[in-house]
Amino acid sequence: MIRILVQQNPIDLAAEMARIEAAEGAGAIATFTGLVRRDADGADGTGGVGTLELEHYPGATEAALTRLAEQAQQRWSLGTATIVHRVGPMTPGERIVFVAAAAPHRAAALEACAYLIDRLKTDAPFWKRETRDGVARWVEARDTDDAAAARWG
Amino acid sequence: MAIDLLYFAWVREAMGRAGERVTPPATVGTVADLIDWLVARDPAGAAALSDRGRLRAAVDQAFVALDAPIAGAREIALFPPVTGG
Repeated sequence: MIRILVQQNPIDLAAEMARIEAAEGAGAIATFTGLVRRDADGADGTGGVGTLELEHYPGATEAALTRLAEQAQQRWSLGTATIVHRVGPMTPGERIVFVAAAAPHRAAALEACAYLIDRLKTDAPFWKRETRDGVARWVEARDTDDAAAARWG
Repeated sequence: MAIDLLYFAWVREAMGRAGERVTPPATVGTVADLIDWLVARDPAGAAALSDRGRLRAAVDQAFVALDAPIAGAREIALFPPVTGG
């Protein structure tokens, strides 16, 4: 099973986990959850109310995430691959992204989960814009993300 | 042939629009040629697209390098490096 969601609504972890646990081939489940940062490097900083806004490329985003999930499912024989990504405005502490890989055993689940989030960072058309102290700026891409994605070949 | 152009993030803001339909001349054979043509066309294009190193592109929704050919493309998107996750 592949489940791809790009949504405005908050991510419901309990519902996603219940769905994954109920599916076939879920002896081991590895998950990654990304939050809007609360520290000085993130959206809220000091003094201002921080918000983060996620823009995406409708259609191409879902296609890219589906392709990633299919590649991971094939490479690690996953039972299920799940990617849920928020778009639109959100506040510090909220979940931006949830990735899960379910496999018969833990090694495949852990590796596939890392692959999914590493590759999502470079292969899916999302853009973050953060507002701090009333000033909005587009977040710059990081070279370390390219390196993390590249290690999967 | 007409191509639908889409712009995202600061490229969209600098272009002053989310997209447009264009019919570039036949000499425009690659994404890089298309960018050159848009830069020469008007000040918004020049402001948004002059820094090639900060631009990425997709042809018919697939990421491509800037030297990719655009023959037969229906939709081309120009945008900054992605920052999701």
